[in-house]
Amino acid sequence: MSKPFATVVEPKTSLNNKTGSWRTVRPEYVHRLPPCNVTCPAGENIQQWLSLAQEGKFFEAWQEMVKNNPFPATMGRVCYHTCEKVCNRGQYDGSVNINLIERSIGDMAIAKGWSFEKSNAHSDKKVLIVGSGPSGLTAAYFLKKFGYNVDLFESHKYLGGMMRYGVPKYRLPRHVLDAEIKRIQDSGVNIICNKKVENLKDELVNYDAVYLAIGASVASSVNIDVESKAIVMSAIDLFQKMEDDSNDLPNLGKSVVVYGGGNTAIDAARTALRLGAEDVKIVYRRTINNMPAHETEIQDALSEGIEILCLRTISSINGKKVILDKMDYDEENGILSRSGKNEMIVADSVIFAIGQAVECSFLQGIEGISVSEKGLIDVDNCMMTGLKGVFAGGDAILGKRTVTHAIGYGKKAAKCIDAFLQGRDYVPNSKNEVANFKKLNTEYYKKDERKEVSRLGNLDFEEKDVSYSNNEIIQEAMRCFSCGNCFHCDNCYSYCPDNAIIKHEDGTLEINYDYCKGCGICASECPCGAIKMTV
Amino acid sequence: MSSLTMGNRFGQNTSVQSSSNRPNTLTSGHRACQGCGEGLAARCAIDAAFTAAKGKIAVVNATGCLEVVSCSFPDNSWNVPWIHSLFGNTAAVASGVAAAFKNKGQTDVRVIAQGGDGGTTDIGMGCLSGMFDRNDDVLYICYDNQAYMNTGVQRSSATPALARTATTMPNSQYNGSDPETGKNVPDIAMAHGIPYVAVASVGNIHDLERKVAKAINIRGAKYIQIHCPCPLGWGFPTAETIRIARLALKSGMYPLFEAENGVLVGSTPIEDQIPVEEYLRVQKRFAHLFGKNAMPEDIGILQKIANRNIEKYRLGGM
Amino acid sequence: MLYQLEGSQAVARAIALCRPEVVCAYPITPQTHIVEGVGELVRSGQLENCQYLNVESEMAAISVAIGSEAAGVRSYTATSSQGLLYMMEAVYNASGLELPIVMTLGNRAIGAPLNIWNDHTDAMSARDAGWLMMFAENNQEAADLHIQAFKIAETVKCPIMVCMDGFILTHAYEKVDLPEQSEVDEFLPPYEPAFALNPKNPCAIGAMVPTTEFMEVRYLAHLRQLEAKTVIEKVGREFSARFKRNSGGLIRTYHTEGAETIIVAMGSVLGSIKDTVDDLNRASGCNKYGVMSVVSYRPFPDEQIREALRNAKRVIVVEKAFALGHGGILSREIELALKGLDIEIITVIAGLGGRVITKTMLSEVFQKPKDKLIFLGLREDVIRQEYKTVLDERRV
Repeated sequence: MSKPFATVVEPKTSLNNKTGSWRTVRPEYVHRLPPCNVTCPAGENIQQWLSLAQEGKFFEAWQEMVKNNPFPATMGRVCYHTCEKVCNRGQYDGSVNINLIERSIGDMAIAKGWSFEKSNAHSDKKVLIVGSGPSGLTAAYFLKKFGYNVDLFESHKYLGGMMRYGVPKYRLPRHVLDAEIKRIQDSGVNIICNKKVENLKDELVNYDAVYLAIGASVASSVNIDVESKAIVMSAIDLFQKMEDDSNDLPNLGKSVVVYGGGNTAIDAARTALRLGAEDVKIVYRRTINNMPAHETEIQDALSEGIEILCLRTISSINGKKVILDKMDYDEENGILSRSGKNEMIVADSVIFAIGQAVECSFLQGIEGISVSEKGLIDVDNCMMTGLKGVFAGGDAILGKRTVTHAIGYGKKAAKCIDAFLQGRDYVPNSKNEVANFKKLNTEYYKKDERKEVSRLGNLDFEEKDVSYSNNEIIQEAMRCFSCGNCFHCDNCYSYCPDNAIIKHEDGTLEINYDYCKGCGICASECPCGAIKMTV
Repeated sequence: MSSLTMGNRFGQNTSVQSSSNRPNTLTSGHRACQGCGEGLAARCAIDAAFTAAKGKIAVVNATGCLEVVSCSFPDNSWNVPWIHSLFGNTAAVASGVAAAFKNKGQTDVRVIAQGGDGGTTDIGMGCLSGMFDRNDDVLYICYDNQAYMNTGVQRSSATPALARTATTMPNSQYNGSDPETGKNVPDIAMAHGIPYVAVASVGNIHDLERKVAKAINIRGAKYIQIHCPCPLGWGFPTAETIRIARLALKSGMYPLFEAENGVLVGSTPIEDQIPVEEYLRVQKRFAHLFGKNAMPEDIGILQKIANRNIEKYRLGGM
Repeated sequence: MLYQLEGSQAVARAIALCRPEVVCAYPITPQTHIVEGVGELVRSGQLENCQYLNVESEMAAISVAIGSEAAGVRSYTATSSQGLLYMMEAVYNASGLELPIVMTLGNRAIGAPLNIWNDHTDAMSARDAGWLMMFAENNQEAADLHIQAFKIAETVKCPIMVCMDGFILTHAYEKVDLPEQSEVDEFLPPYEPAFALNPKNPCAIGAMVPTTEFMEVRYLAHLRQLEAKTVIEKVGREFSARFKRNSGGLIRTYHTEGAETIIVAMGSVLGSIKDTVDDLNRASGCNKYGVMSVVSYRPFPDEQIREALRNAKRVIVVEKAFALGHGGILSREIELALKGLDIEIITVIAGLGGRVITKTMLSEVFQKPKDKLIFLGLREDVIRQEYKTVLDERRV
């Protein structure tokens, strides 16, 4: 029997009504840059490896880490994790403990003996890297990956540069560092220790490019009147002595004064404690808030009983008497001035940690290579010195001096060298818009506190084991907001009043512009800001 | 990755809506306005019912926005057996449908009646009450957008206190809908002692789906009222529908609860209560409460309503 | 089998014989005994496999029937007077949705003033609602028409209203011959809907229809009504053949051959009219008067009426309703059916609100109609008194 005309209608005939014609603005899936990735000096895709970690794919997560940084276990210890500072979750219920996840997965890689993927790239060209610090090793790692023959010369007995000579063992156990360096070595980088480059010109003949990753390993000189019975030394000398002659640890006495406000000062002070000092004071000229040292480092030092004397400079050292000038600091204008008042403290040792300089005398007279007034090697945007084919990076050039930055320089240098050797211009990857907190809809994130683990251990040189269990890695990684990138929460698909989002079998999503009316609910309800409304 | 999203790639606590196999009982091409809360709520509710009843449902629809946007010759958006009769008789038509299926021995076919707040709380109240009275095996779903939207935003008995509608325009003498008017239909439904009454919201789809699925498997009369923000009628940008619904929940202006046999058995607690002002300020229908001539006690009236809801429905926890 | 039954009980039993699956009712005098009767048959198990719903209003009653009919089962309800008006929105709706509901209308006046007694004002209010409408002359026909009604409605896909005069038929005891269940089962096959709510084969019923199709929908409904004339006649013939008595059909004539004056009416008043006509014819010794009953008021059998009345000189339409400010309703329609023929048409409005219609009154008006429009038994003294007051108080 026939159905009534018009009043009875077959199902789903409205599919003929393409309501997409109503649209004045259109949603688009976008990739925005998560703040963690943007800020990472090493350029890690943190969000991506957190996502893999969420799924328990730890090997894949590690592989993702080493795409940009060959030192996950090391970074998981010494990186000052600016990523966590900018992590959007910090504005919600505490940033994701990225650093500890990186460390935990980095350690897992060492324990399981994971190695780098073999590169199939091949080139006959040769590159020399001078210095085995984080920058040099990273450059070597990438250049090898790009297929070049890489020689790396290190003037010291041991590899690692500042990772070894600038970071105490209790923060970075040497077996961890050694394992990560060995992995680079195993990838085919030809490393020669105890080899100092005296004459760069001679070496240039043998190489198509050179990367100067010589670091800043010389203590900056100070102009202080010293007439001392106390031990006076630089932090860098202290660390180097402890590394190269670990069986004969120096005795700094009971009371130690460290001069400086950076991370090295903190490391020196904490090392002093571990060497048996009972009274360790850090003298710093500005206020505690102005200390360049990382906040957690300062906290750790204070927790261990180290006293920080702010607004003071050392004016002279006489016997065991250290005379301090009290300072006035105009916070607003950043003007520091002597107050005219003095103070005397007693010290068995005084350690200077007021900065390090680049030893670049061997570059003198080489045409094209210039050194700035501050003693830093001049480079262009592509990290090349004035001499074609000679590149420089890490602490030796103007820029931030952290291990993580050094790794970033190493990676960039490798890319620049690669471009140079291919006869191309180095073009940095274009950057997407940043997914800041305002672009998120945090309603969909359940409050879930960051799993904090104190890294503070005993006052010895053993590292405290704080790594997450596999389950803890997953739980903490799950806290990632996935800022700016779809994490398949299906909100858009579920909320679209017009069914104008297609969810494919594999979970991928597509906007069906035939029906999308452009209401924008998908963009509003996207937790992570991965949908943009455009005109 | 968080259980509060509609779905997730780990498959935990996912909604019917997030499934790539969801039935899409209300499919594309319907003529609801951009950002329509009611259209979304209807698909969510009927999809949940369809899933819970393994596809065996029949739907009776009152006249109103939902009806005109979803089934206007030649375009029918429904993918389920569906009938529209009139504005005020929906519950009774559904009673008839249920009686027919019962007589055919097909009690596995679950019958749903649905309509807007006008068709439910006003003109459909008699038939609704009769359906409750007879305890007919029907789930009645009221999509509450708090006014007669289809006819151009006139006041209904579900219009909240002080809200502006086309028939409660604020001026120097009047201040939106009279706060001493209005009708609480979930309470009225509970007073009938029917097996199940629930209040849901598009601001909480997981809860909405759970309530519909629960109701669909209960024999007898059921009533679910769903808060559906209306961008056009309430005056807010089309992208904000869900957010507005959420603000209503967080402020206590729309309490989510469920009752069995007339007794409150559960409510969705408010974790961080927000002042009603946050909910009101973003809607033009309350703009006069913030304008030049606003009386400071007006917001207080609505805050009192929210507070009373929180106390009455134990939104601070059962 | 013959029974001595109240009209309502006869109808209730006839309904039960038709095996409706959903019956819903809201009480209103004088329909109550019918739905009470059906309810009792359901409760006692005599009518099996039937859902009986006590609803809260006539709007609900017809709406339940709309729902159950749309779900594909035979459905029945009954009402009267105010009840019909209260459900009127849904009455139109049921026909628009092509749902073959059967409804008994126990005809009663419409208030105000409140009056529970019989006339046809209620039925006339629904004359354009798209329903088929049939009028029973007596209780036997009331019972028979219901059995036919299901068959007609389900064939034409249109709801049908069987009108029977309140009290005069609903509450009167008469001999009624009711068929056996098996006979009815043979006459009336199980209901097979053209469309229904069905999860296995979903469709949407009751779409909004735009201007581009609305007129076509209405015209098709009109064509179905026209087609119903054939169906009503056919079903009537079939019924007569099976049950050996004449019931239903479009019209029925009584001694119209050669009659100069033919009385036209609907419903129970036809009994008195026929008696009166018999008396007059007997007295005059010739067949001067005839009677034509309109059984099917909708569809309106204009051609059949024209044929039946074409040789009359005068047609007197006795009707129990009228259009205020205008005059007769049925008579106006008869007049249109007879357009172009030289026949005098007299309208007799009678029995409003149960006003008694005696043979004497009828006899007088049939013989000497004083006017074109006559209100039978109107108390003119009251009108004179009251109308004067009205004039006195008029300001314009």
